Amino acid sequence: MLSNPIIVTIVRFVLLILVQVLIFNNLNFFGYINPLVYVLFFYWYPIRENRAAFITVSFLLGLFIDIFSDTLALHAIVSITLAYVRPFLMRFCFGANFDFQAFTFKNATRLQRITFLFLLILIQHVLFFSLEIWSFAHILLILKKILFTSFSTFLICILLTSLFAKEND
Amino acid sequence: MQRIINFILNYRNSVLYFFLLIVSLTFTIRSHSYHQSYFFNSSKWFTGSVYNVSSNITSYFNLEEENQRLSEENEKLRNQLFNTSTISDSIKYLRVDFEVVHARIVKNSYASPRNYITIDKGDKDGISQDMGVITTKGILGIVENTSANFATVQSILNTKSTINAKIKNTNYFGSLKWDAKNFNVVQLIDIPRLVPLTVGDTIVTGSMSSIFPENIPIGVIKKYNLNQAQSSYNIDVTLFNNMANLKNVYIVKNKNRKEVLELEKTTLNAE
Repeated sequence: MLSNPIIVTIVRFVLLILVQVLIFNNLNFFGYINPLVYVLFFYWYPIRENRAAFITVSFLLGLFIDIFSDTLALHAIVSITLAYVRPFLMRFCFGANFDFQAFTFKNATRLQRITFLFLLILIQHVLFFSLEIWSFAHILLILKKILFTSFSTFLICILLTSLFAKEND
Repeated sequence: MQRIINFILNYRNSVLYFFLLIVSLTFTIRSHSYHQSYFFNSSKWFTGSVYNVSSNITSYFNLEEENQRLSEENEKLRNQLFNTSTISDSIKYLRVDFEVVHARIVKNSYASPRNYITIDKGDKDGISQDMGVITTKGILGIVENTSANFATVQSILNTKSTINAKIKNTNYFGSLKWDAKNFNVVQLIDIPRLVPLTVGDTIVTGSMSSIFPENIPIGVIKKYNLNQAQSSYNIDVTLFNNMANLKNVYIVKNKNRKEVLELEKTTLNAE
């Protein structure tokens, strides 16, 4: 059962929403650092995807997190953007290998995978905090939040990916 | 026509992306200036129940501290009660303007610029929009959306929030705002320049609002300076509440609010 990619994706979808809204949204480290770990959904999603379905699923993921955290449509914007730019990021990070049908994460080096994760997190945080605060007067606050929150998200995502890594991955 | 359809089919992913993007952006930008969305908020049955389960589990962790806070409040109220003579006589003739309902926070938030708090009382308990929410120590916010069993509260830590406040024992009032920077400090603006201020003065709710009763404590003055036009003060107020650690709250219903609003409306229309 756990080999069926659709079931795995659904389980991941539900768990990531719950983990995000029940644990990481209440972390408030130093008063404002709440890592946005749902970015892992975009890291773990199957590589050969139907893009339209991926964008729709991402929209739902973002919208659910928004409803829970009362930030209407902010996470939804971030999620659909991540889903939309993911193929370009993958081509950028994994190079020509990515175009082969046989490409999996196994073929990629650790550095390539970390770069991919880092870029996803960077786009997510820049977009999220700029839209959330939405004011040029608070540019320093935005930069501070982007810097520290993306750093903490990055650390936690690295930990989670190694924790849940498959044997053969 | 054929070409247009082919074009859309070729770029269907981008079309889908930009469509969803525009929908989401509209929602987001609207919620920056208007009220929170009525349909998508955490007071709804599903989100409320999830938060309720989670809060039932985590509420045990700071039970002791919460008990301490509540018995401190009881102590204060008992002091008032024992030192007010002839209370039993006067209470019969007292007009009841405000009614208080207690509730528990199931989701707190203070790290974002627009914070909403979810509480476990809703329509069933007579809670409706624009009721004031306070804690044992001071004000917390205003009810924004309700469902049958839950309600969302617009926290004072919300850049959209504006609350009438004044300096204790005077009648100089201004508006309480938040600049999104520090969750312990809010800003009081529009206090005229001629008002004598001292660091440490207490700020309480004013009488201009039909939501909160007068003289609910808010915080103390941390520092103050004149605004750019040199005409009024911008005051930083340190809150009495520790916004990061809240559990029990009271919702204040103003029984006269409807009457006050109607009267104000007729007066405006008559002009």
